[in-house]
Amino acid sequence: MIPSSFEYQRAASVQEALSLLGEDAQLLAGGHSLIPAMKLRLNQPGTLVDISRIEALKQISESEQHLVIGAAATHGQIAASALVQQHCGFLAAGAGEIGDIQVRNKGTIGGSLAHADPAADWPGLLIAAGAEIEMVGSGGSRKLKAEDFFQGFFETALAEGEIITAVHVPKMHADQRASYEKFAQPASRYAIVGVAVVLTFYDGSIREARVGVNGLADCAYLDTAVIAALENQKANADTATAAAQKAGEGKNPMSDHYASEKYRANLARVVTKRALNACL
Amino acid sequence: MAHQISLTVNGKQQQLEVEARDLLVDVLREKCRLTGTHVGCDTSSCGACVVEVDGLSVKSCTLTAVQADGGSVLTVEGLAGSDGLHPIQEGFKEEHGLQCGFCTPGMIMTAKDLLARNPNPTEHEIREALEGNFCRCTGYHNIVRSIQYAAAKMRGETPVSAS
Amino acid sequence: MSKYIGKSIKRVEDKRFLTGKGNYTDDMVLPQQTYAYIVRSPYAHAKVNGIDISEAQKASGVVAVFTGKDIPESIAGVPAGWQVNFKNGDIMKEPPHPLLIRDKARHIGDAVAVVIAESKAEAKDAAELVEVDWEELDAVTDPRAAAQEGAPLVHEDCPHNMCFDWELGNPKEEVDAAIAAAHHVTSLEFVNQRMIPNAMEPRSAIGHYETARDYYTLYTSSQNPHLIRLLMCAFVLGLPEHKVRVVAPDVGGGFGSKIFHYTEEALVIWASKQIERPVKWTAERSESFMTDAHGRDHVSEAKMGFDKAGNITALRVNTYANLGAYISTFAPAVPTYLHGTLLQGLYTTPKINVDVTATFTHTNAVDAYRGAGRPEATYLLERLLDLAALEMDRDPAELRKQNFIPAFDGVTEPGYQTQVALQYDSGDYHAVLDRGLEMVGYQDFRKEQAEAAKNGKYLGIGFSTYIEACGIAPSAVVGALGARAGLYESAQVRVQPTGKVSVYSGSHSHGQGHETTFAQVVADKLGIALEDVEIVHGDSESVAFGMGTYGSRSLAVGGSAIVKSIDKVLEKGAKIAAHKLEAQVDDLEYAEGKWTVKGTDRSIAFGDVSLTAYVPHDYPEGLEPGLDFSSFYDPANFTYPFGCHIAVVEIDPETGKVALKRFVAVDDVGNVINPMIVDGQIHGGLAQGIGQALFEGAIYDDYGQLINGSYMDYCMPRADDFPSFEIDRTTTPCPHNPLGVKGAGEAGCIGSTPAVVNAVIDALWKNGHQVKDIRMPLIPERVWNAMQS
Repeated sequence: MIPSSFEYQRAASVQEALSLLGEDAQLLAGGHSLIPAMKLRLNQPGTLVDISRIEALKQISESEQHLVIGAAATHGQIAASALVQQHCGFLAAGAGEIGDIQVRNKGTIGGSLAHADPAADWPGLLIAAGAEIEMVGSGGSRKLKAEDFFQGFFETALAEGEIITAVHVPKMHADQRASYEKFAQPASRYAIVGVAVVLTFYDGSIREARVGVNGLADCAYLDTAVIAALENQKANADTATAAAQKAGEGKNPMSDHYASEKYRANLARVVTKRALNACL
Repeated sequence: MAHQISLTVNGKQQQLEVEARDLLVDVLREKCRLTGTHVGCDTSSCGACVVEVDGLSVKSCTLTAVQADGGSVLTVEGLAGSDGLHPIQEGFKEEHGLQCGFCTPGMIMTAKDLLARNPNPTEHEIREALEGNFCRCTGYHNIVRSIQYAAAKMRGETPVSAS
Repeated sequence: MSKYIGKSIKRVEDKRFLTGKGNYTDDMVLPQQTYAYIVRSPYAHAKVNGIDISEAQKASGVVAVFTGKDIPESIAGVPAGWQVNFKNGDIMKEPPHPLLIRDKARHIGDAVAVVIAESKAEAKDAAELVEVDWEELDAVTDPRAAAQEGAPLVHEDCPHNMCFDWELGNPKEEVDAAIAAAHHVTSLEFVNQRMIPNAMEPRSAIGHYETARDYYTLYTSSQNPHLIRLLMCAFVLGLPEHKVRVVAPDVGGGFGSKIFHYTEEALVIWASKQIERPVKWTAERSESFMTDAHGRDHVSEAKMGFDKAGNITALRVNTYANLGAYISTFAPAVPTYLHGTLLQGLYTTPKINVDVTATFTHTNAVDAYRGAGRPEATYLLERLLDLAALEMDRDPAELRKQNFIPAFDGVTEPGYQTQVALQYDSGDYHAVLDRGLEMVGYQDFRKEQAEAAKNGKYLGIGFSTYIEACGIAPSAVVGALGARAGLYESAQVRVQPTGKVSVYSGSHSHGQGHETTFAQVVADKLGIALEDVEIVHGDSESVAFGMGTYGSRSLAVGGSAIVKSIDKVLEKGAKIAAHKLEAQVDDLEYAEGKWTVKGTDRSIAFGDVSLTAYVPHDYPEGLEPGLDFSSFYDPANFTYPFGCHIAVVEIDPETGKVALKRFVAVDDVGNVINPMIVDGQIHGGLAQGIGQALFEGAIYDDYGQLINGSYMDYCMPRADDFPSFEIDRTTTPCPHNPLGVKGAGEAGCIGSTPAVVNAVIDALWKNGHQVKDIRMPLIPERVWNAMQS
């Protein structure tokens, strides 16, 4: 398998990458979504701009309230990061479940987000985490909530010429618990349904809930129906069971030879329940 | 457009002329004539092509050579010193962890990455670590034993062979 | 006195594989080599209205572009190696399988053109420029639907898409009457789904024509280099066999798929002659999915009758076998002589009839895949047994024991004559089941299962007690059954002057470890060191002839041929030794590498005898110099390994996901030369058999598109899909070959599939879902659906 011919350019900075991102050019970070597609010649860019060596994009740092994960940080780097483990343990654990060792060694969070595979893990995880995605373009930088970033089947809010630079994740607090459960497609091991949950507790009740879902529909989303059934309810298994029944409500489940719409909808309920129970 | 790249392959620095689209696996096999690294699939799934780049295992079919420019590549050919087999290779031999041998180099390189992170993995951890490596011959049973053997040896213990 | 036989000797071939020094076909680069890329049909059934290669011809690096029209009409295509006649005596329909299609594509991946270029990349780039004007036609992919009136025809001259129909066993009327009279009948429609072999090394072939000496060399990833040469020379290209060398170097797995002669092999040889340069083709994985001969794909209706006591009274099977669009090399034998003949199983069933209809469909060819016919037969029988036990509220182990053929050794008593043509060689079927029950802790498990069910936990246990037939032979018999080749094996044992031994075997390892196992046999029989034996295989120029490695035949047939040559070496060596020792041959004994005059300390070493044979100064009168013997061994019968496989599963009731908790296998493969290697063969077979039950299966849609033709969609079993296997053996020697061996390559794959499915069905019944069948693979949704009933 050999990709079609293309030009390769390596950017030393985000500014240089922006200047190189002309028509028919695409960004290359870990390349673990892009290069497989190019080998199958499903994607034939004229130029690849390699941003994987821009140091600034590879850092994982913290501010008082947030973790800042550079877009070119690899899944493996995030899984192993002491900062992420300390402040958002479920993201580190979730990163450790992406693909295999080799995918985690090369694949990046920014690449996964830009690719926006509806079955990828990061979208649901970051939606639940309340993360914001930072992008830079010729007009400057902007941030979008993760749930607003994913707009459709392999479609995002990223504009032509924009580069994802970082993900800003609120640090978790002592009154919060989180989990990620996925039911994997047996061949690809991508999620048929993946559900990430962050619950904030107050006095035995759920004060706030965030539930991110991937795999079920054409893009990852914040499950507001489940959230509504959780907030201000007692934090117990009955609440989880009842709320999980709302999973996938109003969504059109995808269908393939591993999971019909009906079965996917069932999985959404089961996986949501399990993710919720893991937080209780 | 041709690119001049510099790669340290199994400890030897090499200057290579590659096209942007040349995958690392093809450069290793065709330009460096290191054919121990294999191509088993089109979808980054099977792991027959796993090599180490800058200390981490990667699927060399999913990386262009130019991406690895300046890096250090270790293939199965470079694993053993002059004194015979690396403990992982020895484990595969002692525990019959290979049959046709095609997946073996990739298995070994993944095992190396695993054992670098986790010198004493459980059977479950070994099986999970092999998620990206397919073997059609062994049913994985003896591959697991092979890695357990290697792990013990690399920890300085005397491996207990199952066979 | 064996030093090696029966010992887990570490493999001598390992070092090259462990250090990256294996030599697979794609690793080779010949001077002036070019690269072929094959343009394939994106449609299952389509007319070719025209092909425009002009842009491709002009592309960078292109050496040549060929289409079907460039290949002479005299080269019709690759042939079938086995002929089965219709019930009425007509010979089967045998449409040609062209190297490149001329008018019509008949399956996804059918080859329409080949682009040859200076590099792999240029060949692929130029192939994208080949414009084919396709006219898509209706397709049929199901073997039963293909036989119905009005189904789209794969070949115009094959009405109802029939290749042949075939019947075996007792008269149908008798069997039907016995079933009608039965106290209980268990009946089921089975789909034994299509499997994709997925050897990890994709197929690869290099054709090299040398103009100056008018000589052809084919390097190919094959289980069967001599047969490829014979078929290609005599039936495809019309080449003189002595001008053709076929080399199969290290082969990265086959599982059946590399037995067959493929169009690409003939194509690279033909193309190399056209351009007078070597031509290499290596399959991309997507091509392997589309064009490596697939396995299984049967639809069967089966009925098994029982009397009131639970004795099996009759079995009736009606099978539709999917051959795909073309007949692959051994395809006709698989649903017939390797399937119908195995329906006796381990049971005393007095009346059996099997009827097979083999049809063409717009899919890739189907042929032998690990087990080949025997897994399909075993699946039917063993599913019927467990299901009957559930329906009759009998214990599945007890029901089997009641119906088992009693033990027989095949020496002091004759073999067991089945209702379906075979005579089993030797067996003790109770022993494997008893050992399996002991290993799994059967009584305790049933208690645990009952407790679990009270808590809504789905535990199940499934059995499979199988028999299989290996080392298919003798040649005269298989010839009468339609084989177009003999099924013997050759071996040459060449003792070098210094006493070192080179052995040339017609078997060809693709992972089985022949270089070790064969050397163990030779070293022990000659009483020399293992290091002093070299096994040579896989090259038609050094090995006289060979029938290759498949059907678990290598040791039983190839190993026996080696023993035969060793016997000749020792017989001649004794004459030389007697001369040197001034004794009579009858007064000598041979042990530990030397001939000794009985009752004395006078002896001569093997190496001294071999040196004398080549430096015959002081030598028996009238005896030829040299110590080098060839043999051809044609077995008296098949060998019949058997065993008991037991699966324990747990089902997640909310998702239907099946977890394989334990797998116990007790196999009897006759005598064992290298236990470590035999265990490895069993492990690998189990993984493939379990893979069929739970994970794998090709899916063609109604248009004939292969919708799971990549590892992202076709589930290859991974390490974390399995528990550690619990295996053991009993040993019932084969009475009719010199090593007493039976064969171990396929056993694991033949027995395991029904055990897993039976375990899932058992778990469902024990939790209130009386489901008779779930179609394989048992992916979570299918199991979940079954639980909704």
